[in-house]
Amino acid sequence: MVKRLAAPLVTLAVILLLWQIAVMVAGLPPFLLPSPARVGRTLVEQAGLLASHGAITAVEILLGLIFGTIMGIGAAVLLSASRGIRRFLLPLVVASQAVPVFALAPLLVLWFGYGMASKVAMASLIIFFPVTVALADGIARLDSGLLDMARVMTAGGARRGRRLRLLVHLFGPAALPALGSGLRIAAAVAPIGAVVGEWVGASGGLGWLMLHANARAKIDLMFAALIVLALVAILLYRLVDFAMGRLTPWAGGDSAGTFEETKP
Amino acid sequence: MVESDRPANGGLHGFSSAPGISVRGAALRFDALVHFEALDLDLAPGRITCLLGPSGVGKSSLLRLVAGLPTAGLSGMVTAGDGRPLAGRIALMSQHDNLLPWANVLDNVMLGDRLRGIAPDVPRARALLRRLGMVAAADLRPAALSGGMRQRAALARTLYEDCPIVLMDEPFSALDAVTRHRLQGETAAVLAGRSVLLVTHDPLEALRLGHHVLVLSGRPARLRAVVPPAGDVPRAAGDPTLAAAQDALFAALSDEGA
Repeated sequence: MVKRLAAPLVTLAVILLLWQIAVMVAGLPPFLLPSPARVGRTLVEQAGLLASHGAITAVEILLGLIFGTIMGIGAAVLLSASRGIRRFLLPLVVASQAVPVFALAPLLVLWFGYGMASKVAMASLIIFFPVTVALADGIARLDSGLLDMARVMTAGGARRGRRLRLLVHLFGPAALPALGSGLRIAAAVAPIGAVVGEWVGASGGLGWLMLHANARAKIDLMFAALIVLALVAILLYRLVDFAMGRLTPWAGGDSAGTFEETKP
Repeated sequence: MVESDRPANGGLHGFSSAPGISVRGAALRFDALVHFEALDLDLAPGRITCLLGPSGVGKSSLLRLVAGLPTAGLSGMVTAGDGRPLAGRIALMSQHDNLLPWANVLDNVMLGDRLRGIAPDVPRARALLRRLGMVAAADLRPAALSGGMRQRAALARTLYEDCPIVLMDEPFSALDAVTRHRLQGETAAVLAGRSVLLVTHDPLEALRLGHHVLVLSGRPARLRAVVPPAGDVPRAAGDPTLAAAQDALFAALSDEGA
C-alpha cells in the first residue's frame, strides 16, 4: 500500500514544486495564481466548507455512476439482443452523444430543479455512452470458438429463454472486462457532468463553490475546491477499479500490464 | 436431445447405437476459388474417422459443415444414418480448449446444460473428471491448469455433452508430444462406440486413432481413403506396421503437392 502510494505522491510533489517555483519566479499575484502553500493553507482553514460541498458533489457523481451504469448496461444488452433492435436504437445512442451535455444542462436544471437530481441526470448522461459502447463491444467480440461451441451445444435444445441463458452464462461474463474499461472511463468523466450541472444552477457542491469563489476573486479557494474534486475523482476511480478487480479476477485491472513487460 | 440416446451411465462409457453420418455434395467456394466441390464423406457408425490433410485444404470447413455451423462459401447435405435430425446429438472439441476463464473446471464441464436451461448434473460431471484424473482440479479456474489439463477439461466437457457424435478439430495439436500421446490414448478409450470425426494434420495421430483414415488434399481437394494398420485403436505408436504406414502417408501427402 505504502509502495503503491509513494509513486503518485512523488508525481504530486514535483508538480507542487514546479508550481511554487513558477509563482515565485514570475511574481504572479495571488488573485491570478496563488502559491501551493497558500492553497494548502486554505485547504486546512476551509476544510469544513470544502468537505460539506465535496460530499454533495461526491454523492451526485456516485448516483450518476450508478444510474448511468444501469442505463448503459440496459442499452448495451438491448443493442446486442438483435440486429433489428440495433438498427433502431444505435442512431439514437450516438445522437445522444452528438448533443453536448453542456447544452442540455440548462434544460435538465429546468426539468429536475436546482437540487441534486439535475446533476445526477447530467452525470448519468455523460457516463451512459462509454458504458454502453464498451459493453456492446465486449459482447460483440465474443471469441468465435466459444460462439461455435455454444451454437453446437444449444442446437436442438429449448429455444425459450435461450438468449437470456447465453447472456447470463457466456456473453455477459465474457464482456465483463470490457464493461470494466467502460466503467473506468465513466468514473473519470462523471465529475464533468456533476460540476457542469452545478455551474448552471445549484445551491451547493464543489462546482457551485468554485463559481462563488471565482466571483469573489478567492482563487485560492477555487484551487482548493479543484483539489478536493480531483481527490473525489481519484477515489471513485480506485473504487471502480477495485470493484471490477473483484468481479473479474481473471482479467486484471488497470494495474495489470504494460508494454514494459515484453522485455526479455 | 432425445432421451433414448442416453446410455444409463451418461457418457462414462461408450455408446451402443451411434448413427453413421453421410455428407453429400459438400462444397467450399469463394467466387472463382474452389477449395472443394461435389465431395462425399461417410462416417462409419460408432467408429473414429480421421480426416487428414495439409493446412488450409478445408478439413475444418468440412467439420463445420457436419457440425451445422454457418460458414461463408460452405454448402452440402448432411444426414444421419438413422434418419433423425443431427441437431443436439453432436459434441464439438477444438484445438483451443475454449474454457471459460471465469468459471472453474466443474462449471466449464457443465456449461452445455446451463446453456440449454437444464439443471446441471454435478455427480456425473465429477465422475467424468475422476475418470480423466482431473478431480483434484474441479474447483480450479483454467488459468491454474497446464495445457494438457486444460485440454483434458475440454475432453470432460465434450463427454459431458453425452452425444453419440463427436467432432474433433485438431484437439491435440497445441500439446507437447508426451502429453499428446497420452491424451490420444485416453481419448480413444473414452470415445469408444461413438461416431467420431477427428480432423488432424498429424499422420501418426490419424494412424493411431482412426478406424478409418481419409486424406483430403489437392486443389480442388479430393478425398481418398487410406487403409490404417490392423488392430484396435489406440494403436501403439511404436508398432512397426504403423511406422511403415506413416511413411506411405507422408509420401502420399507430399505427392499431392499441397
